[in-house]
Amino acid sequence: MNWRRLAPAPEYAALVVLIVLVAMNALFTPNFATASNLWNVLLQLSTVMLCAVGMTFVIATGGVDLSVGSTMAVAGAIAAVLVPRGASVALGAALIGATVVGLLNGALIAWLRVQPIVVTLATLIAGRGLAQIISNDGELVSVDQLFFLALGRGHVGPVPIPVIVALVAVAAAVFVLRATTTGRYVLAVGGNASAARLAGVPVRKTIVTVYAASAMLSAVAGLIVAARLGASDAAKIGQNMELDAIAAVVVGGTALAGGRATIGGTVVGALIMQVIATSFNMLLVPYSWSLALKAAIILVAVYLQRGKRA
Amino acid sequence: MEGITKRFGAATALNRVDFALARGEVHALVGENGAGKSTLVKIMTGAYHRDEGIMSLDGNLVDFATPAEAQAAGVCAVHQEIHLLRLRTVAENIFLGREPRRWRLVDWPRMNAETRALLTGLGLDIDPQATLGSLNTARQQMVAIARGLSIGAKVLVLDEPTSSLSEREVTILHELIGRLKDQGTSIVYISHRFDELYAVCDRVTVLRDGALVATRPIDGLERIDLVCLMLGKSREALREGVTGFAGHRSHAAVASVPLMRAESLAHGTRLRGVSVDVHRGEIVGLAGLLGSGRTEMARAIFGATPRDDGAMQLDGAPFDPTTPHDAIAAGIGFVSEDRAAEGIIPDLSVRENLTLAALPLLARYGIVSRTRQTEIVTRFMERMGIKASSAEQRIRELSGGNQQKVLLARWLAMEPKLLILDEPTRGIDIGAKGEIQRLLNELADDGLGVLMISSELEELVEGSSRVVVLRDGRNVAELRGEAISEQAIIHAMADS
Repeated sequence: MNWRRLAPAPEYAALVVLIVLVAMNALFTPNFATASNLWNVLLQLSTVMLCAVGMTFVIATGGVDLSVGSTMAVAGAIAAVLVPRGASVALGAALIGATVVGLLNGALIAWLRVQPIVVTLATLIAGRGLAQIISNDGELVSVDQLFFLALGRGHVGPVPIPVIVALVAVAAAVFVLRATTTGRYVLAVGGNASAARLAGVPVRKTIVTVYAASAMLSAVAGLIVAARLGASDAAKIGQNMELDAIAAVVVGGTALAGGRATIGGTVVGALIMQVIATSFNMLLVPYSWSLALKAAIILVAVYLQRGKRA
Repeated sequence: MEGITKRFGAATALNRVDFALARGEVHALVGENGAGKSTLVKIMTGAYHRDEGIMSLDGNLVDFATPAEAQAAGVCAVHQEIHLLRLRTVAENIFLGREPRRWRLVDWPRMNAETRALLTGLGLDIDPQATLGSLNTARQQMVAIARGLSIGAKVLVLDEPTSSLSEREVTILHELIGRLKDQGTSIVYISHRFDELYAVCDRVTVLRDGALVATRPIDGLERIDLVCLMLGKSREALREGVTGFAGHRSHAAVASVPLMRAESLAHGTRLRGVSVDVHRGEIVGLAGLLGSGRTEMARAIFGATPRDDGAMQLDGAPFDPTTPHDAIAAGIGFVSEDRAAEGIIPDLSVRENLTLAALPLLARYGIVSRTRQTEIVTRFMERMGIKASSAEQRIRELSGGNQQKVLLARWLAMEPKLLILDEPTRGIDIGAKGEIQRLLNELADDGLGVLMISSELEELVEGSSRVVVLRDGRNVAELRGEAISEQAIIHAMADS
């Protein structure tokens, strides 16, 4: 018997992996299939989700953004320092600061033609330093402004606010990708940049836009983390977030070569990663082993989608 | 090389081609795009493996599995782009991979001394310790040649060696070729420049569509005959009446102000001052062999290639596009000759490809109107007879002809004033070809200006109201009305 025939169609591979994971956990992991655990998974997921949505657009142009984690830290630090002047000032300044980082990434990539991985590696390093400078040389800056804290800790009915924010971002991303000129330009630039340029697509502007968007979404994620912690920890916030975000995008089926994007896939990819993390935690799998298993599951999910770009 | 055949999937790139190179001979290899020159050279130098045929060197059968094997046997290629390390010195490049050693370390003094001896022997005054990147292109090329010789090359393949050289540098290269020839090195010389072929080559082999057309001594071969061989025309019998065009377009009533005028466009060595004007309702043919500057000119008008000099007017007003975006905003569309690399976005659907240029017109506040999009896509798919399972099918799954129709529709949806077409019917089936030609005719009748590059002479003769012929980056002829014939175009292209 040819076991390959049992493999699901590539488009649904990630979804099938997710369903299998959830089903197995529901059966074998005590307390997995409970409402409180569901909300917990989604809450944990919300920040990765925000970064991964931005990352989907960046990767769809054929680029990559390694600076998302550092951008989260920058946004968290700016907000924490400015909270005494009012929550809206703090949030506004954090978003603007992060967007500047994104614009810088985009400008270097689009105009100076430096490779995205190099540019964003530089901002990954610089951003982490900047965040520590802003928060008085890396001090833990605590925040006790109620409105700000609600961003991370509040609920609407049973739904945590971070989950709502992430859902809004996902919905907006789907809309942009399907119905706007920007969405079409992103795919055109990633699919064939020379052809796009000859068709009058503003290639550079599109590239700058995706990096700015990625930075803004990361900033929101950074604010949520700071609000949940009640403090800005410039050295820790968003650490390794770039890897989780890229993993979610890739497992979800967006090709690293660019030209395609599936927000639905990214959501599924992020869910897979989070379900694994949560269930291993609940099953008391040692952290070191859980990393190896996580890697194996990423490889399986990506393997099942091979040939999608044949 | 005898009976060399190479297939890529279903396509045959070379079909039973014979090629013989004598000792101390400079042998030109010529042909238009797709003739099979590069494939033949790649097989010769071990980059590709042949499917059929035999190869021998000095009377012994050879079979190169890799370029390294070919080099070891004495066959060495010097490519258009130089495949050396720009940041390392001349000596390091020449001895790359086989550095002289002393106590397992690189013996620098010996390497530099041997390099100096080698270069001097070739009559070249180049410092072995200079970094390669600090030399101009011609000298880098000389270094590449010297490297080949130091490996012991008996056969050197020079692929478009002069494409980025100035005239003085070309002379230096040709002097070097002369010396190599005297030393018994054989050279395969690929170039589109006739003057050079006649200046340095002994024999010429012409390929067309993957087949051998002829091998002739170059002395006594008239240029016009060489062009006829390359284009597959006999001098006497020139065909007519085979395209979808209606026959000679009558010379349209010409208004005093042309729709577009380009004067003395210049860029590097490719464009040395070319001019063209296009009136409304006219199809102006742009003819010339590969390398004549026809594509560069089209791209310069569209703002896709920068220009160093020259002026343009559109509707009588100065026009200076620096990006395609500018040209499009002014009402110009451009279809590239390379559909895959510069035309289609392969993973997007027919709908998304077709509306790409027109998106700003279909959107309000950046949101694309689904209704207007569907309306345009339906209209053009019907009008142009685009065959696809639906508008949502990925464009890369379509045939070449249907892809080309989508790309034309991409511009027509913008209602342009001027359409620049580079080889609009290349590589598409006869049926689609005729349909596209008929469509262009109708569009011109409705007042569109068309600038059409084509290497198919019958297409130019039957489709154009005027034909402008370029050679070596300059205008050499402009033919009108009854004066347009394949013969006249060939004469102008060949300079005879």
